[in-house]
Amino acid sequence: MANSFHIVVCASIVPDPLQTLEPAAGAGAPGLKNEMMLPAVLDPWAASALYEAANLAAKHPGSKVYLVSLGPKSKLQQVMMTVAQKVPFELVAVDGPLGGFTDAHSTAAALAEAITAIPGLEREHMLLFGGWESASRGAGVTMPVLGERLGITDQFQGVDEITVRDDGSFEVLERVEGGKHQVSVCAGAPAVLGWATGSLPEPRNSPQVGMANMRGIMPALQKAKSVKLDANGLSYVSVSLPKQQRVTRVVRDVPEDEIAREIVQWIAE
Amino acid sequence: MEKLLVLTHVDESGAALTKASLESVAAGVEFAGALGASLTIGIVGAQGEAAAEQVAGTAARVLIVCGEAFAQARYASDAAACEALARAAEATIVFAPASSRFARVVPGAAFQLGGFTDTHITSLAMGETLEACRWYYRQRVEAVVRRETRPWFLLLEGGTRAAWVASGDAPEVERVAVTLPALRTTVSGVRAPKLDEQTIRPEAKVLFVAGAGWTKKQADGQVHAAEAEQLILGFLRAADASLGSSKSLVDQSGENQPVLKFMTHMNQIGQTGATPRHPKGLSTCCHGEEPHVVGWRFITERRAVSLDPNCGWARGKADVLYVADAFKVMAKVNALLMEKNKAAN
Repeated sequence: MANSFHIVVCASIVPDPLQTLEPAAGAGAPGLKNEMMLPAVLDPWAASALYEAANLAAKHPGSKVYLVSLGPKSKLQQVMMTVAQKVPFELVAVDGPLGGFTDAHSTAAALAEAITAIPGLEREHMLLFGGWESASRGAGVTMPVLGERLGITDQFQGVDEITVRDDGSFEVLERVEGGKHQVSVCAGAPAVLGWATGSLPEPRNSPQVGMANMRGIMPALQKAKSVKLDANGLSYVSVSLPKQQRVTRVVRDVPEDEIAREIVQWIAE
Repeated sequence: MEKLLVLTHVDESGAALTKASLESVAAGVEFAGALGASLTIGIVGAQGEAAAEQVAGTAARVLIVCGEAFAQARYASDAAACEALARAAEATIVFAPASSRFARVVPGAAFQLGGFTDTHITSLAMGETLEACRWYYRQRVEAVVRRETRPWFLLLEGGTRAAWVASGDAPEVERVAVTLPALRTTVSGVRAPKLDEQTIRPEAKVLFVAGAGWTKKQADGQVHAAEAEQLILGFLRAADASLGSSKSLVDQSGENQPVLKFMTHMNQIGQTGATPRHPKGLSTCCHGEEPHVVGWRFITERRAVSLDPNCGWARGKADVLYVADAFKVMAKVNALLMEKNKAAN
C-alpha cells in the first residue's frame, strides 16, 4: 500500500521521575537501591515516539506500530497495563535487566535481534522510532547503533516532527543548537528517528484500545526471549549522588526596589 | 601505545571550527600528554583546510575530510567521514564534541569500527587508565567509567573546559578520501521555532527560568498571562538572557490552561528537558522538588524569586532566595536594566 509504514518503536521503562534514586553496588554493573520496587513508567522520550508513531500510522492506512521493549517481564507487564490504554500497538517484549548502568551497545544488539525476528516486518517500509536518549542511561547511543546493525544509514536524532509527502519522502525537523531545528528531506523508509518531545500531547486512555492491545500483550510477555547484556569492557570506578545542598540566603521582608537593585547588580558582576 | 584522535567539525560558516570542537582539541592535547599517546586531529567540513589554522600549536597530525558533501550535517556522509578519519589515524581513543552533529553520528561510526561510545562526558582524569565522568538518570547520579575495549569514542560536553587557542604557523594537513554511500537525505536548512523572537541563547550569561506560577491566579484572583509574557520577554531583551522553563509550564499548552505564547518544549529544562550551562541562573515562580532541580545543575550561581519561603526548588539549591512577588520584582528589575542600557548607549 502506498505510503504505509511498519513503525517499530523501541521504548524501555524507567523509574518514575518523582522517585528518589540512590545508587547501589551490584554483582556486575551498579544499580539502584530497591530498583525492582520502584514504580516504573515508559521512558518519556520513547513515549513521545510511540504517540507520534500511532499518529503517523493513523494517517497512513495499512501502517502498523510495533512496540519493542526490553526489561524484566514483571515490570514490563506492570507498565504495559497503563501504556496499552493509550494507542494501538503490537508488543514485542524482551526479558532483560533494568536500569541505566547496562551497556547501550548490548541493548542495541538485543533489540536488533528482536526486531529481525518480527514476522512479516517489511524492512523497506520500516521506520525505526525511539527516544533520542533514555531517561536512565541518557546516552543517545542505542538508536544509532541499532540503526547501523539493521543497515539503516538515514538517521535523525532529537526529532520533533515528521511530515510525509505524497511521493513517500518525508521532511524531518531535528533539534540543533540554539533552540533551532535542522530541516532535512529523506527519500523514504527505512530510516531511524530518535524523538525528542514531538508535538503531541499524551493521548487519553481508551478502554477499546486497551482491550485490543491486551489481547496481544500477555502472549508477547509469555514468549519474551531472555537476554543477558554484555558490559563490553565498561566498568564503573564510582557511582554517587551529587552534593546538592547549598547554603541558601533567604531574603524576606525587603522592598521589591531593593531586591531588584541587588539582582541587577548581581547580573552585572 | 594509545593513539588519540580528536574529531572536530566546522560551524555554519563552513571555514571555522565550532567552540565545542576547540574544547575537544584542548582536551586532546592535555590527555595525549597524560596517556603518552600520539595525537591526530580530524576535521570535517566544506572548507576543512581553512579551519585547520585554528589547531596550530597542537603539534598534532591534522587530517581533513572536506568538500560539498560535508557542508551538510547529515548522518550518512558524516558517519562515513568520522569512520574514514578514525581508520586513517588508527585511533584507539577518540574525543569528539557532543554537538548535535556529532552526537548523531559518532556512535554509529564507532560501531562500524568495532568500537564503543560513551557520551555526555563532563570531565576526564587519569587513574590507572583514562577515566570519564558522566551523569545517569537525567543528571541525578554521577559515575566515573572506564572501558577496556578499543577503539573507545568519548563525546565531550560543551562548556566543560577552555577552548584551544591557536599559536604559531598553520599545520600541514592531509586529505582523507571518503567513499560515500548513496545519499538519500538532503539538508534543506535550519528553522527557528515559530516564536515572536528567539528565546534560547546558549552563550548567554544568564538563564532565566520561568515556572508555572507565572500563569496561576495572582493576589487579585486573576491570571495575568499577558503581563507575565511582557515581563519575561522584557527581561530576556534587557539582560540578553536565555529562557528555560519548568515542565509544568510548557505542558500547559496541551492542557487548555493559560500559556505563555513563546514557550515551547525546546525551553524545557529538567528531567525531560535540557540541562543548559550558564554562569548565572534566576528562577522565578518555580516550585517542585528533585525532578526540576536537575535542570540547573550546571548553573554556577543561582538565585530564585518565590513567594514560598520553603520552596523546595530554591532552598538548598539556590544561593539566594528572594521571598517576594516575581511580577513586582521583575517589573522593577526590567526598569533598572532598561535605564542602565539607555545610559550605556
